Amino acid sequence: MSTPPSSEITPEPLYLRRREFIRNAALFGATAAGVGGGLVWLMGGGRVDPETAQVGDGPAPLTIARHSTLSTDELLTPYRDVTTYNNFYEFGTDKSDPAEYAHTLRTRPWSIRIDGEVAKPQDVDIDTLTGWAAIEERVYRMRCVEAWSMVIPWAGFPLADVLQRVEPTSRAKYVAFTTLLDPAEMPGQRERTLPWPYVEGLRIDEAMHPLTLLAVGLYGKALPNQNGAPLRLVVPWKYGFKGIKSIVAIRLTETQPTTTWNQLAPDEYGFYANVNPAVDHPRWSQATERRIGDLQRRPTLPFNGYAEQVAGLYTGMDLRVDF
Amino acid sequence: MARSRPLPWLGPGVLAGALVPIAVIVLRGWRGDLGADPIAQALNQLGLIALVFLVAALACTPLKLLMGWTWPMRIRRELGLLGFLYASLHVSTYVGLDQRFDWAAIWADVTKRKFIFVGALAFVLLVPLAATSTAWAVRRLGFARWQRLHRLAYVATMLAAVHFYWRVKSDVREPVLYALILVALLLVRAGNRLRVRAA
Repeated sequence: MSTPPSSEITPEPLYLRRREFIRNAALFGATAAGVGGGLVWLMGGGRVDPETAQVGDGPAPLTIARHSTLSTDELLTPYRDVTTYNNFYEFGTDKSDPAEYAHTLRTRPWSIRIDGEVAKPQDVDIDTLTGWAAIEERVYRMRCVEAWSMVIPWAGFPLADVLQRVEPTSRAKYVAFTTLLDPAEMPGQRERTLPWPYVEGLRIDEAMHPLTLLAVGLYGKALPNQNGAPLRLVVPWKYGFKGIKSIVAIRLTETQPTTTWNQLAPDEYGFYANVNPAVDHPRWSQATERRIGDLQRRPTLPFNGYAEQVAGLYTGMDLRVDF
Repeated sequence: MARSRPLPWLGPGVLAGALVPIAVIVLRGWRGDLGADPIAQALNQLGLIALVFLVAALACTPLKLLMGWTWPMRIRRELGLLGFLYASLHVSTYVGLDQRFDWAAIWADVTKRKFIFVGALAFVLLVPLAATSTAWAVRRLGFARWQRLHRLAYVATMLAAVHFYWRVKSDVREPVLYALILVALLLVRAGNRLRVRAA
């Protein structure tokens, strides 16, 4: 090996500067990556992984007996949005949590307890209950209390068909619903975000109204878990939180039942929770809503556009008091 | 040969990393990956990052007091300005994209909704702080007055945390966490003040 001529040896100051430059560049890169990565982690909310979310083609198709004349002909909210943007705190409080975590819920076997002020109290299997009435498709608007909305093709049957079967007594004034309580299958229930289990209720005339639906599917397929499988309530003229999911009990009562959000914040969420652009949520306006998929807001309609069918249920009531 | 200033990579590195969320939000928005309600998603994420930077800016002095670190002080102004940048993007998204410049609706929101009111107030308080963030402004105001003015950063950040707390429906753990960090930072300063006075 020969010694290189001294003209080719990098002068020491330059050599040191080069090392310093590389060191600084590496530290710059590490800082940028650390800060950027940390912030993106804090932001959360990337795309829901369809593998875990079980969005893909969705569950098995249902046999739809008829398409209801009560349907709206508005543009449907895409299946992907309906099944990845959910409020179902039993699986977490982020909109994407239910799609990501609801796969732990086992929906068979599934039994629903129907009791209280009825002549025929019973435990009925979900597949038996589904056979009690013909499944029809109903395209309803769904207005969330958070001022966004969707148009969803539900598959289900009127709640009235089920209630008539168990023969409510004359003392049955209200219907109370309960969601499954199972922190092992519903990880969100390990957190105290809401008092568990989730409970909801309707007045008996609201429950018997032909628009009130028990849904077992959407988009012609069985309900995905994140949408409240295997059985959920749909009351299209009320805010979405009235639509209790994964129902295990239906009880007819003489007195007005407790409802979860009302219990948590009575000044913000009423028992009735009828969609009403004139009564604001204390913290935000209910006058407008954003239809998912739209970038612009649209006016919210009284009773979510179902006033013609349901306004009569509330004659003589002050809906600012009974909101 | 004169050595360059210490930690020359720190400020630029933080800046480069700080701009990543903007790129991510724009890219996700472009690709339709911001979820079903992209405006709400962008709004929430920009607001959260604004709060993170404001809290980080306020952590610099307590870190020096507690740990003896001086490096956070080198990026304090940058962190504060990044907080203001994200707060501006958050407010712009609300005004332009969410409300479509419907000034009547915005005015109604600000005056009727306490959570929007405190958020708007926090932003208004940040404006003079951002405007006086230059060395020239410090000289012009005199350090003592400048420092008094910039104590508003604590007020604005606390209001931002309250804004976050009042916004969520039931799970308040995240906003409470930020508020607790702020209280802890204030306690460190208060403790130091007592110690300095006692000494």
